[in-house]
Amino acid sequence: MTHEDLTIIDPKMRAQGVDVFYGDKQAINNVSIDVGTDLVTAFIGPSGCGKSTFLRSLNRMNDTVASAKVTGRIELDGEDIYAPSMDVVQLRARVGMVFQKPNPFPKSIYDNVGYGPRIHGLAPSKADLDVIVERALVRAGLWDEVKDRLLESGTALSGGQQQRLCIARAIAVDPEVILMDEPCSALDPIATAKIEELIHELRGKFAIVIVTHNMQQAARVSQRTAFFHLGTLVEYGKTTDIFTNPKQERTKDYITGRYG
Amino acid sequence: MTFNAAALLLLIAGLALIGWIAGRQRSNLLAGRAGTKLHSRPQYHGWYVALWLFAPAAMFLAVWSSVSPGLITNEVLTDEAAQSLPSFGFERGAILSDARSVALGRQDAVRLPAAAPLVQPYADAAHKYAWIGIAAMLALALAGGLYAFTRIKPDFRARTRVERTVMAFLLLASLVAILTTFGIVLSLLFESIRFFQLVSPMELLFGTNWAPQSGAPVDDTFGGIPLFWGTVLIGAIIAMIVAIPIGMMTAVYLTQYAAPVVRRWVKPMLEILAGVPTVVYGYFAALTVAPALREFAVMLGIPNASTESALAAGIVMGVMIIPFVSSMADDSINAVPQAMRDGSLALGATPNETIRQVLIPAALPGVMGGILLAVSRAIGETMIVVMAAGLSANLTANPFASVTTVTAQIVKLLTGDQEFDSAKTLAAFALGLVLFVVTLLLNIAALRIVKKYREAYE
Repeated sequence: MTHEDLTIIDPKMRAQGVDVFYGDKQAINNVSIDVGTDLVTAFIGPSGCGKSTFLRSLNRMNDTVASAKVTGRIELDGEDIYAPSMDVVQLRARVGMVFQKPNPFPKSIYDNVGYGPRIHGLAPSKADLDVIVERALVRAGLWDEVKDRLLESGTALSGGQQQRLCIARAIAVDPEVILMDEPCSALDPIATAKIEELIHELRGKFAIVIVTHNMQQAARVSQRTAFFHLGTLVEYGKTTDIFTNPKQERTKDYITGRYG
Repeated sequence: MTFNAAALLLLIAGLALIGWIAGRQRSNLLAGRAGTKLHSRPQYHGWYVALWLFAPAAMFLAVWSSVSPGLITNEVLTDEAAQSLPSFGFERGAILSDARSVALGRQDAVRLPAAAPLVQPYADAAHKYAWIGIAAMLALALAGGLYAFTRIKPDFRARTRVERTVMAFLLLASLVAILTTFGIVLSLLFESIRFFQLVSPMELLFGTNWAPQSGAPVDDTFGGIPLFWGTVLIGAIIAMIVAIPIGMMTAVYLTQYAAPVVRRWVKPMLEILAGVPTVVYGYFAALTVAPALREFAVMLGIPNASTESALAAGIVMGVMIIPFVSSMADDSINAVPQAMRDGSLALGATPNETIRQVLIPAALPGVMGGILLAVSRAIGETMIVVMAAGLSANLTANPFASVTTVTAQIVKLLTGDQEFDSAKTLAAFALGLVLFVVTLLLNIAALRIVKKYREAYE
């Protein structure tokens, strides 16, 4: 672990000594990391290195896996998210998530975006909800494409549009952190470029953590990069440093494509 | 010498085995001699010969078994001794059959004296046709076998042909069920047409007075509406009010909340419920539920509460249907991708909100299909209604009253001494036809819905 040149004052999320187990198998081993408020943080590493597992422990989505167990401490604004007093529903409203494959609900575009605000009671009236839905779609860069067909099914959109709909759905509840689990791996290059552009625009409004297989993507969209290997955090630093001047031999090997 | 189909079948099976071995050997031999590789492996050549030996001969055997008795009888009738037979009718048939039984060794002596002179001609004819049949069959088998045998060459595509034949057999097997269905429909249809010659279809479908016991077709006694209403009340209303909520809640619990251990026990137990014979449900309905409901109704102050009630039959039928609804709903909910559930939970929805707002709407088409299948089963169910719902055709919405259903009336019309050409008996077939058409339509609708929904996620 090398943290010397990394200064994140007042991190949005902080993980300390986190282990994740699936049954007897340890998937994450003693990971400590700080996620900055105004930054895009990328998790890279070969398949099976645990980066997605770690991401899913940041909003307790691992709770849905019966055999998963998380130890160590993960904080959001200094508050332990695994403490008994933490309401997981509140946590997930504050830490949103976008998945690998676009997963719009089989509902209308409007209802997809309105789903979160409705269940959290953010919109007292239909007019309020209209405003929230429009704002989320505008921020997700989808408004112009769908404003005339908000009542059509979300599943009728193209893959890239579906993924932006899922991003709109996540930001409609006004989260503080957005976790993205390989959001472009099921998309073509043009749709990928649009999502990357969107990440640029969302930076500063939300703390963003993105897991990616694509190192060029990590280099393009992130300011901090964490390299995971075999369940451990090998190196974490400024993206420019990781890609131009990695301190660890394993990072260098991975960046230069020697394995993984 | 008699014509024993089973023994002959064994004989040609034995020949086919020899053909199999010979074909296999020959293909190996030819390949070795020519020094080339076989297109198909030796056993395919063996199968090819065996099939050519067996299939035509077996088909001939089947045809011959059905036509040869007729040929034998014709032959006997040309005999002088047959000229003194009574011209037509029951007696003539009895004499012929008596002579045949003795000739074929099924009984020791004739019972009817007139049959005695016919025994010898019968035995001769049977002997003759048995030999003709066996000779023709063997000739066919050998011809088929030889034809196939001579076609064996190293580059002969035996495998393709064998596989095509196997496919044809499989197709034939699957046609059996379809043809049976056609047969059932036709037999229902013919009897129904006879009924509709006596009674107008409009009366059956829209009449409101059901009193077929009066015998000969009198105006306005075959009105089916009370039966249809009773069927709908019990099978589609009361049973579904019980089965849909309980089945859905069971499915939601089992798919979303139950620990694996609980699921492992509860699911098989539900399936056992589906396997209980319906007559057992009938006992339960008639002996336990119906009296209890009557007490309850009397307590409520309902004067005309009957020991046989729509409610008792409907509730028990609903219980019977629960496993159908729950297992279809279970499948549909499980077929909703995990990603949907994750997407909802990641937005901060509770499991309850996720189930109500994402999973069930997404699973709804499949659930609807399951419910339609359950309805079609419920309206075709017989034993429970016969035992618990009663047989009086009342057109009433009072669930404590006795009503009757289509199936219960069919049973009533067909039990006891019957003449098969009275309107009363024929009405059973017409009712069966109506029931068949309705359940068929329900099943088609259900399968279409389920299929459409499956496509949406694949």
